[in-house]
Amino acid sequence: MSHAIARLPEPRLRALEDAYGAAVAAKRRQVLLGGLVLAALVGLSAWAGEVDLAKFFANLWRFPSYIGDIVPTLRLTHLGEDLAEWYWGLGYWLRLMGETLLIAYLGTMLGGLCAISLCFLAAANLSRSARVRWLVRRVLEFCRTVPEIVFALIFVAAFGLGPVPGVLAIAIHTTGALGKLFSEVVENIDMKPVEGVSATGATWLETVRFAVLPQVLSNFASYGLLRFEINVRGAAVMGFVGAGGIGQDLIESIRKFYYSDVSAILLIIIATVMVIDLATERLRHALIGMESRS
Amino acid sequence: MNGSAPTAPRFEAEALADMAGLAARHPSIFRVNWPRRALTVAIVAVLAGLFISGFWALGFSFARIAGGLGKLVEFAGFMLPPSPGSYATFLTYLMALAQTLAIAFLGTLTAAILAFPFGFLAAKNVIPNVFLHFSLRRGLDVVRGVDVLIWALIWINVVGLGPFAGILAVATSNFGEFGKLFSEAIEAMDKKAVEGVASTGGGKLHQVRFGLLPQVFPVIVSQVLYYFESNTRSATIIGVVGAGGVGLHLYEQIRMLEWQHVSFLVLMILLTVAVIDFVSGRLRFAIIGNAKIVA
Repeated sequence: MSHAIARLPEPRLRALEDAYGAAVAAKRRQVLLGGLVLAALVGLSAWAGEVDLAKFFANLWRFPSYIGDIVPTLRLTHLGEDLAEWYWGLGYWLRLMGETLLIAYLGTMLGGLCAISLCFLAAANLSRSARVRWLVRRVLEFCRTVPEIVFALIFVAAFGLGPVPGVLAIAIHTTGALGKLFSEVVENIDMKPVEGVSATGATWLETVRFAVLPQVLSNFASYGLLRFEINVRGAAVMGFVGAGGIGQDLIESIRKFYYSDVSAILLIIIATVMVIDLATERLRHALIGMESRS
Repeated sequence: MNGSAPTAPRFEAEALADMAGLAARHPSIFRVNWPRRALTVAIVAVLAGLFISGFWALGFSFARIAGGLGKLVEFAGFMLPPSPGSYATFLTYLMALAQTLAIAFLGTLTAAILAFPFGFLAAKNVIPNVFLHFSLRRGLDVVRGVDVLIWALIWINVVGLGPFAGILAVATSNFGEFGKLFSEAIEAMDKKAVEGVASTGGGKLHQVRFGLLPQVFPVIVSQVLYYFESNTRSATIIGVVGAGGVGLHLYEQIRMLEWQHVSFLVLMILLTVAVIDFVSGRLRFAIIGNAKIVA
């Protein structure tokens, strides 16, 4: 006994094939249209962005040669002396890197405190006045949309050169970024403890303290650490506009072609950023573990 | 229904009177966890101490803050009403803004195209070579660790001042990000679809095209769009170091204390960022719905 695959009658088969063909053709047309739009955008941006591929390929050799220039000459026979010459300013640079970390820390803490005090007003489930909520959300949006370098430029004009404008610029940007994340965390809490505490006649502040804060604190800390990591990178370039930290020295050595200094400072920054990344990741995992246990 | 239901105040009074009894019956609730409390206090004290001494170390002072705030209020007064001065300046700013968008768009696209093959190379399940995986990942980490402004300074040495250097800078720094994200997306994919295609007799290329790409592509496109949004923000400031876009004008106007121009430029940037966020958010939603993008 053999099985034969039943074939549909010819006209029905053709109808199905036509429908399949039409569906495929429609999809192809869509992809083609998307591709054309993309190509047009690329052409337009290439024109606006002054893309010059000829110049790019003619000068591309300068990129590896620049990298080659900033790599210091290290000879095995005089390794100690060469290293000492490369990192001639180690103490000074480390102090500047410490200042950079301090700028990032103060900015994160200051911004985080502002964000904590504002996030409950921006959360849809806790804020009682829609108008206050709208206002707080717009303020947070403004704080995180304006780049921190722009704030730093304005603050340098107002507060003078140095780390003070850098800290304030990072704090404002952090307020905006963390305020949004924090208010989203607050919106996702379990409302039963809130109802329980407010049923005992607690005020709004007491409700936040005893019903909301215990639920959100570990998330807050985790987001804060993540932001600290981002702010360390941000603080490293604050010096470009005169707002303190190691960036000032970096931009000077790039502009003045102190090649080996460029690589020395860059390595310090990259190493610090990596260490901070690893440390905050560890801490965040510990925090998340704490949350799932309780 | 004995009609003598105790009222709330009576409950409270009874409970308070029996505090000692309550404590004896539920010792675990009333016991103070001293080590834990000490740890909390110590952490808070260290953080607060560093916070306060940090302000002192960085040269904060009440006089300086008060003076700066006074100046800020003054600047805010000068900023109103925002105005570019003349129509010609407005056109210049508009062109610079277009340049900014071009930097963000081309930079993101170039990075995505270059990082796509690297994503496969750095994915554990595609090339299971521990050494290659480790060295590629660390290399991408180094590229990522260098800020986009620093990349801009380096590219300026290669192609000169202007937006082209900005495009290359955004492309380089995003290349590091995308390489990591793409390889994670590829590592997270489901092997079954690829096996299914193989079982119907599909070749290696068929497996990638029909088994792998349909899974990975939407995730990658949405990640690229997300980065386009964030690059629009960073491309607005890349001009500060001379790599094109609206940042250069912003920098110059702040330096010359032309506050009306500054506020106008900031408004233009805010509007552009809002529009780009809206459009790209819609596109992302159309592609993958409301799924989470950043792991």
